[in-house]
Amino acid sequence: MPTVIVDGKDIEIGAHERLNCIEVARRAGVEIPHYCWHPGLSVVASCRMCLIETGTRDAATGKITMMPKLVPGCQTPAKDGTVIVTNTALVKDSRARVEEALLIDHPIDCSICDKAGECLLQDYHFEHGQAERRTDLHPFHSRRRDVGPTVTLFVDRCIMCTRCVRFTREVSGTSELMVINRGSKEEISVFPGFPLDNKLSGNVVDLCPVGALGDKDFLYQQRVWFLKRESNVCGGCSAGCSIVTEHNQDTVYRLKPRENPHVNKWWMCDDGRYGWHHLHDPARLLSAGRLVSSNDDRETVEWSDVTTRLRQELSGAGRLAVAVSPMLTLEEAWMLCATARSIDQQAALFVGHVPVSGSDESFPGGFTIRAEKCPNRRGVEAVVALFESEERGWSDLVAAVSAGEFDAAWITAGYPHAWIDDTTAAPFGQLRCLVVQDLFDSPLAKLATWRLPAAGFAERAGTWVNAAHRAQVFAAAVRAPAGVWPEGRLYWNMLGRRGLYDPAAVRRQIAESSAALAALGGEIPAVGVDLRIDQLASS
Amino acid sequence: MKPTDPAITWLEEKPLGLTERLYLPLFLQGLSTTARHMVSRKVTVNYPEVRPTVGNPLIYRGVHRLNRDDAGRVKCVACFLCATACPAHCIDIVATESPWPDREKYPESFSIDELRCIFCGMCEEACPVDAIELTSLLDLTGKSREEMIFDKEKLLSVYDMTKDAEPMKSKTLAAGGMATFGTAPGNPTTAAGGHH
Repeated sequence: MPTVIVDGKDIEIGAHERLNCIEVARRAGVEIPHYCWHPGLSVVASCRMCLIETGTRDAATGKITMMPKLVPGCQTPAKDGTVIVTNTALVKDSRARVEEALLIDHPIDCSICDKAGECLLQDYHFEHGQAERRTDLHPFHSRRRDVGPTVTLFVDRCIMCTRCVRFTREVSGTSELMVINRGSKEEISVFPGFPLDNKLSGNVVDLCPVGALGDKDFLYQQRVWFLKRESNVCGGCSAGCSIVTEHNQDTVYRLKPRENPHVNKWWMCDDGRYGWHHLHDPARLLSAGRLVSSNDDRETVEWSDVTTRLRQELSGAGRLAVAVSPMLTLEEAWMLCATARSIDQQAALFVGHVPVSGSDESFPGGFTIRAEKCPNRRGVEAVVALFESEERGWSDLVAAVSAGEFDAAWITAGYPHAWIDDTTAAPFGQLRCLVVQDLFDSPLAKLATWRLPAAGFAERAGTWVNAAHRAQVFAAAVRAPAGVWPEGRLYWNMLGRRGLYDPAAVRRQIAESSAALAALGGEIPAVGVDLRIDQLASS
Repeated sequence: MKPTDPAITWLEEKPLGLTERLYLPLFLQGLSTTARHMVSRKVTVNYPEVRPTVGNPLIYRGVHRLNRDDAGRVKCVACFLCATACPAHCIDIVATESPWPDREKYPESFSIDELRCIFCGMCEEACPVDAIELTSLLDLTGKSREEMIFDKEKLLSVYDMTKDAEPMKSKTLAAGGMATFGTAPGNPTTAAGGHH
């Protein structure tokens, strides 16, 4: 095994691993500060923050020969016998000089900078900089330049790491951003008439190590140290990007991508990033409404009564059809199927409406935005297959209802966008009992005997299975608004289970009953688990 | 720290001397303190008929105010540092982009729940632009809880009310204001509200 020596400590690396000094040092628990290097982008070694001392150890004699000058850690590959030294006076002095140079012309406007609190310049200056300033302190306001519909540039805060420029060239492949001028006059800019406007543009804000690139959606909304972070999964499309939901007092403020090499690497698309506003839409359904007369008059029913009355009415109505929405988590879908079957043993279970918009969109960096705008079609299909021998979808359900095959229907939806028109909804009007569970009012919800509110993606807990069969488990980031029981809680109570909704308990039960979903039984890592792996192993 | 820690020096209590054991001298000593206070100058006043004197308004912690800049705009830049420092969580700020070209960010709304406030002065210490200050207004009353939540306009009006008697602390300090410590009468910063 190749061995790298980091600050006197031997670190073994894989025989075929291609790592640079920063990555190896991190394994030894040594943080080499860096601005311009990012694991997802090419190496330019321009910020000079990661300068370290390196050398080689002779395998035969054990003699160490050091390089006379400092080298950038990001650009220096670590191989067998590489010696990395990060704690010498020379390295420390170099870091302090880099910090000093960066701060010569940096506006000291941390108090109004959105990045303050998660800024690498702040953190590194605190750790590696010097307290004494040898130039004049002249606080000034940064010039601001609009670079696109979602991103704004604070020109003078920039430290010219060019991460954003490389991102648009290498990952989004759109090349809008560029460096203009030279030397100390260098600036990030866009060509006139070609703004930073692509589906991945929000990522440059995450990449920016300082406060130069600001997200217009988040600008001045909240200081970052007030935000609480919950690992989550984006519900925007079937790619199922790993995200972090950042919230405070049950209000979501922004979503950030979470590193997951199997799904989204370090990125997420703008549709997902800004696709949380519907959670706080005042038009959301916020109470369980039972129709009392034909012209959409509804009484609000207490949730404790909903569980019993719903069961009574549905069991008295006749043949039941259930649409299991691909917005539901695996656990919720399973509990819904179990609830439906406990009401009517012959209940027909259909996979709910799968919204599709356009076609899959791929980017040079390997990122794909899926056309299927729901996070859990595969998971719901797998759950329905546990109960039904034949897989039937939304169009089958609409046809069957039109043909008068059913007397009652329970439609779960939870789509953030309008999804059904009057014509499609019309046949549902003849049903004796119609239960609709959705985020917003719709032509279908107007016809419903029971109109129940649904939870938004950040309010759910459970598992979603993305288009690549990867199951990711997550907890609810925020509580659902007052008056809303998330689906999981309702089904849990309708099944007569005690205590709070426990997705892990349901998940264990699903894993035990299904070979296809057996992988869910174990501990699931933060990056999720590929459901196909276990299937191959068992066959 | 354990009792056996070498950094601890253990001292024995001194045995009582003759005067202490006699009891009477110490009794007289205590009684003399009482007697001295009976004849000395009174420090209590008949509030509210008589207003108390604020020793040094620069360090007195009364009702908050929001200072204005030279153009009369709110000086606050909505950095949230006061709200962060506040141990009572009584400051609520909504920030937005400022309508002025020379300023980037400003508070759209700024409110302090004076009932929740513990008047510790941490907000004033935290403020990087000397926008929030505690005045020497000491009698703070209201008829409802809502009335005691001071919004931006009210906090600015406190500034307008007190700015003549108590100029901005940063300016007073720059002009050597701290030298006047403890000399309340004739202090140029003595607050409004019926003080001497």
